[in-house]
Amino acid sequence: MRPTARRILSVERELPDTYTLEIEPPGSDWSFLPGQYTMLYAFGIGEVPISISGDPSDATRIVQTIRAAGAVTDALVAKVPGDFVGLRGPYGTAWDTKAGEGRDVLIIAGGIGLAPVRPLVLDVLNHRDRYGNVTLLYGARSPRDLLFADQLQEWRGRFDLEVLITVDQAEQTWRGPVGVVTSLIGRSSFDPDAAVAYVCGPEVMMRFTIQELERKGFSDDRLYVSMERNMKCGIGLCGHCQLGRFFICKDGPVMTCAQMAGSCWIREV
Amino acid sequence: MSEVFDVLVNQPFFAGMTDEQVRAVAKSAALVSFDEGSVIFVEGGPARYTYLILEGDVALTLRTQEHGSKIIQTLHRGEFVGWSWMYPPYRWNFDANVQTDVKAVQFDGPKLKKISLADPELGYTMMRRFTEVIVNRMQALRIQLLDVYSTFR
Ligand SMILES: Cc1cc2nc3c(=O)[nH]c(=O)nc-3n(C[C@H](O)[C@H](O)[C@H](O)COP(=O)(O)OP(=O)(O)OC[C@H]3O[C@@H](n4cnc5c(N)ncnc54)[C@H](O)[C@@H]3O)c2cc1C
Ligand code: FES
Repeated sequence: MRPTARRILSVERELPDTYTLEIEPPGSDWSFLPGQYTMLYAFGIGEVPISISGDPSDATRIVQTIRAAGAVTDALVAKVPGDFVGLRGPYGTAWDTKAGEGRDVLIIAGGIGLAPVRPLVLDVLNHRDRYGNVTLLYGARSPRDLLFADQLQEWRGRFDLEVLITVDQAEQTWRGPVGVVTSLIGRSSFDPDAAVAYVCGPEVMMRFTIQELERKGFSDDRLYVSMERNMKCGIGLCGHCQLGRFFICKDGPVMTCAQMAGSCWIREV
Repeated sequence: MSEVFDVLVNQPFFAGMTDEQVRAVAKSAALVSFDEGSVIFVEGGPARYTYLILEGDVALTLRTQEHGSKIIQTLHRGEFVGWSWMYPPYRWNFDANVQTDVKAVQFDGPKLKKISLADPELGYTMMRRFTEVIVNRMQALRIQLLDVYSTFR
């Protein structure tokens, strides 16, 4: 429950308000599963849940991508290599990669939601032969707001991964799609009767995406979402993250829509 | 004419309609193509047609004094471009720019209306399908307008 002080190895600016920190792991046996998060403590300011955004096969560093949204995240992105943060975890449920094996895989992310699914994409690519068609659909605010732009470019060059990107607004010089991320669903190749979808982004985007996937024939036990609710303890003690009958910190953040049975329509209190 | 029919019967939009109905609609339609960089219609121009994209990409853009030209939405294979032919004042609200070479079916609005009035069941079927497309698009636009990816501060 007590955070351990960990050294920051590097800080990279991704977007004007978003930075990726590489943090020294607590021990050589530290590992995580795609979709899990840690509680990061900016000393004297506060502690927040942040997903792990790195490659699950690389245990030499904990990679986390943080958007400055308030007091704690502002302090975290202002860190420089050599500074320390408090770290607890990894916590929470993981993207169920087993469920996708032998099937087409659809990964849908919006905005900063690409960070929590990046480990999933990397894990799927690390074991590419286990899956059918793999598609990543990504929606961002504008071409300037594309997270991990270089990596997206690299992934687009692969023959075994389909990457489609859309933005909400663009200048006339943009050659790609403009519109909500769901508009990409009809343009990707997957078998809706058997595919598995993993969705991460703002809640309204996820709700809209779930509706569209259900319309396409996805059953709710093959729809995985990552629910992000405000957290305090991260270990199911305080009730801060309660959503219906779930504590998102330990029952989630990754859940199937079947598990949630409508809970994702409940507003945060 | 039969070439247009062959194209239409294979489009998901027309799935479930009888051959006779599709043949009637095909009377208002022609196959057209537009080169990358060309313009299908411009804001303020007279709106007579609607287009069902068979291949290629179209960007709807809006010119504003303050922000220059902005792409509002892009449309792709299987999607319709243009609704302004339906109601007065029959003028386009956007520019439609061709992002990549387009092949499309062009429907003549006034002809389609005439066909619909002559066969109200067909007219209702077409209207229902058009409305579904419009409602889905409007819901998507609402989400787009919410600016969901911004930091709220
Ligand atoms: C499981 C989980 C994983 C997350 N992963 C990431 C990540 O990888 N990268 C990242 O940048 N952020 C992530 N977040 C969100 C991050 O935890 C919040 O942005 C952070 O807690 C805000 O704290 P603050 O003190 O900086 O801002 P505050 O001043 O506390 O809040 C600033 C704004 O952020 C909103 N906010 C606060 N907490 C959350 C939350 N948990 N989720 C969404 N909005 C919140 C507040 O309502 C307010 O509008 C994650 C959240 C959860 C629950
Ligand atoms: S954060 Fe305390 S119970 Fe989940």
